[in-house]
Amino acid sequence: MFWIRLKRVIKSGWINFRRNSVVSYAAILVTTITLTVVTGIFLFQAILNATIANVQSKVDIAVYFTADAPEDQILSLSSDLEKLPEVANVQYISADQQVLAFRDRHSNDYLTLQALDELGDNPFGGLLQVTAKDSSQYDAIAQVLQGDTDIARSNSQIIERINYSQNKTIIDKLNSLIFSARRVGLISTLILAIVSIIIMHTTIRLSIYMAREEIGIMRLVGASGSYVRAPFLVQGMLYGAFAWLLTNLLFFPLTYFAGQRLTDLLGINLYSYYISHLFSVSGLVLIIGLLLGMISSLLAVRRYLNV
Amino acid sequence: MIKFVNVSKVYPNGAVALENVNLDIEKGEFVTIVGPSGAGKTTLNKLILAEEEPTEGTVLFENEDIDAFNNAETTRLRRRIGTIFQEFRLLPNKTAYENIAFAMEAAGKSDEEIVSDVPHVLQLVDLQDRMFHFPGQLSGGEKQRLAIARAIINQPEVLLADEPTGNLDSRNTDEVIEILKKINDLGTTVVLTTHDPQLIKAVGQRIISMERGRIVGDEEKARTRI
Repeated sequence: MFWIRLKRVIKSGWINFRRNSVVSYAAILVTTITLTVVTGIFLFQAILNATIANVQSKVDIAVYFTADAPEDQILSLSSDLEKLPEVANVQYISADQQVLAFRDRHSNDYLTLQALDELGDNPFGGLLQVTAKDSSQYDAIAQVLQGDTDIARSNSQIIERINYSQNKTIIDKLNSLIFSARRVGLISTLILAIVSIIIMHTTIRLSIYMAREEIGIMRLVGASGSYVRAPFLVQGMLYGAFAWLLTNLLFFPLTYFAGQRLTDLLGINLYSYYISHLFSVSGLVLIIGLLLGMISSLLAVRRYLNV
Repeated sequence: MIKFVNVSKVYPNGAVALENVNLDIEKGEFVTIVGPSGAGKTTLNKLILAEEEPTEGTVLFENEDIDAFNNAETTRLRRRIGTIFQEFRLLPNKTAYENIAFAMEAAGKSDEEIVSDVPHVLQLVDLQDRMFHFPGQLSGGEKQRLAIARAIINQPEVLLADEPTGNLDSRNTDEVIEILKKINDLGTTVVLTTHDPQLIKAVGQRIISMERGRIVGDEEKARTRI
């Protein structure tokens, strides 16, 4: 009997969905807007994370060495630093590379270049650029280089200066910016999601309000509450499923365009991200769509079942 | 079978629909309840169907208090009662066939029973050609006959017919009364409510008169007293 009832409920839900086409279009449209907002939020978070990672990668601790610092000692320090759990990357720039870069930067400044030529010897020492895995970890790395540690003690003779203190203000500012951006992102996400859910719930409630008379008749001819309710749940799930389909149809071309034209601006190829996360993002959106449709229908029908 | 004991019904707006009603309907009876609009006839039906609760008193169905029924018990009660509503109350988005099939599905009938019984009952009320029409595509008389078909499909023990001829011409009225008589002959208890004096003559069995929420006459009882 269970399977017969299930078959009847699904058939009835599908027939109601088809016959109340105007209401179904409206409900699908509103649900599509909700799911578009949800998908948009996922992509926005991806863009935000990529932007943060991009900005983070531009911040580092620069360790300047004296002009006579032996290269093998600098490289040994480099490999020591790479072993630290906080360190993401260490880049060595030799004294020769430094002077070339300096000449390049001042290629139009004749006086500076002349002064450099007059010095004769290369005034620059080597340089290590240390990037942390997280911007909050620069303090710990600076402590290793400047504090009371073996690394600091054995290299203090060759280190000319560490520019962490100059960068500290920028790093602190970046940390607070990242924190604010994440918080604003989360709050706006929550607000948008709640508003969309309320609009969708109201639309489904309205569609069921129109069927309230029908619900009463069904109860009076002897249908149980669950038998009346179930086709509406199927209808709600169908709204969610069709809206999910439309949302995907919308985001494929949108992300493709963004991937083609806006990758440099956004710092992430949205199309590649969308395709590679299709299962998780789209799957989650489908579950959200089905659940929202079902829960909205369930809450809306409950009001009119009390006949 | 159905018993009203000191039943009163007052709506939240203060309107008194029933006042101290005592009534006993036996199994297999054909009872006609007459009275002008507002006499409380429809409220009486609503109380039997547990669509409304009495403000005072008790409504019993086979000695069980309807008001004390939970949801499942109310559903079971309604499956034993077929109802023809004054304003038809058909499911607008279902065809004639589906309207009747729904009542059978709700009662847990099998697909085979539905496929065999629905065309048969539609033929009985002369709607075999309107099987796949929606209620909006049917005339008043056809809607009423469809409502009758839905009410009798599960062979109920009681048939409540609330002004079943209110929207019909005389030919359709005669047809409906004939159908109700046949159903009663098969052993179903019929409770017919009407304000139409012509109908009272046509039915002519136990007649209960109501006015302003009170029972003012019960012909069978009168005969018994005489």
